[in-house]
Amino acid sequence: MTDNVDQSDKAAHKTQFAKQFIQVIPHAVELGMELIEIGDGKAEIDMPYDTRFVGDPETGVLHGGAVSALMDTCCGAAAMSHPQATTGTATIDLRIDYMRPATPGQTIRANAICYHMTRSVAFVRATAVDDDDTRPVATATGTFTVEGK
Amino acid sequence: MGRKPPEPVQVIKKRRDSALAALVHRVPYVEFLGVEFDRRGDELTAIMPFARKLIGNPILPALHGGATAGFLEITAIIGLSWSMLWEDIESGRFDTEHLSAGKMPRLPKTIDFTVDYLRTGLPRDAYARARINRSGRRYASVHVEAWQDNVSRPYAQATGHFLMPPRDG
Repeated sequence: MTDNVDQSDKAAHKTQFAKQFIQVIPHAVELGMELIEIGDGKAEIDMPYDTRFVGDPETGVLHGGAVSALMDTCCGAAAMSHPQATTGTATIDLRIDYMRPATPGQTIRANAICYHMTRSVAFVRATAVDDDDTRPVATATGTFTVEGK
Repeated sequence: MGRKPPEPVQVIKKRRDSALAALVHRVPYVEFLGVEFDRRGDELTAIMPFARKLIGNPILPALHGGATAGFLEITAIIGLSWSMLWEDIESGRFDTEHLSAGKMPRLPKTIDFTVDYLRTGLPRDAYARARINRSGRRYASVHVEAWQDNVSRPYAQATGHFLMPPRDG
């Protein structure tokens, strides 16, 4: 019983730490990212549209790099909040598939899940959508380090 | 009926530099990251000067993986556009004055992009170069390598596939 309480306490603590950590990442703050939900190996982050991040001035579509930063942050957050995770993580690799241009003016929302975890590697995938959440804007798969326990 | 004398070097340099500037400075996200390009002949080196807003881990501190990914993707897209336009720039068909008036060629679109983080991005300037491994009518495959202090010790590399813009004529 006590063990269970300790475990859930630890998980809550970890989620709290991950939450605070993500909210002070300078690059994420600069891109206007807002943490919507985090915990248990899952994370959801919003990135409102901003003309500073436009990649194609003719259409106003955001640059892939901004979407990459959102995906990377969201995947890292999911990995950090996994019950078996330690606090720190770093990206080993991240692949992004761009399915369609994000609609200019709309917020992009990323959802990531850490679907497998070993002692040293966290496996994560993510999907990003805009207002039309039936057609993903991009998907990502990545691996992250699990810092020494 | 001899050969045309070669153009003065400053004319050639001005034409190339203004074409590059037109390509780079019209993209807001490139300005946001502060990425610049150094040109030697047709060889481009991208530079991302260090700034606090590029930090991803304030404790270490280290560059954000997303800032590095964006930097590499910019290097790939500009590199690909540059090689696509090179012939036109050389022949003078790429008219920069026309272009600064807003008539720019369309940029390639990223299909997928995979970044390999080899070392921690240190809080200092980063450099990158793109190599076009394949460039066809519709698709292109580009590899990018980025380094900080030593060119022989890359801190990140990436491979991406791109959809080429339709070309008229």
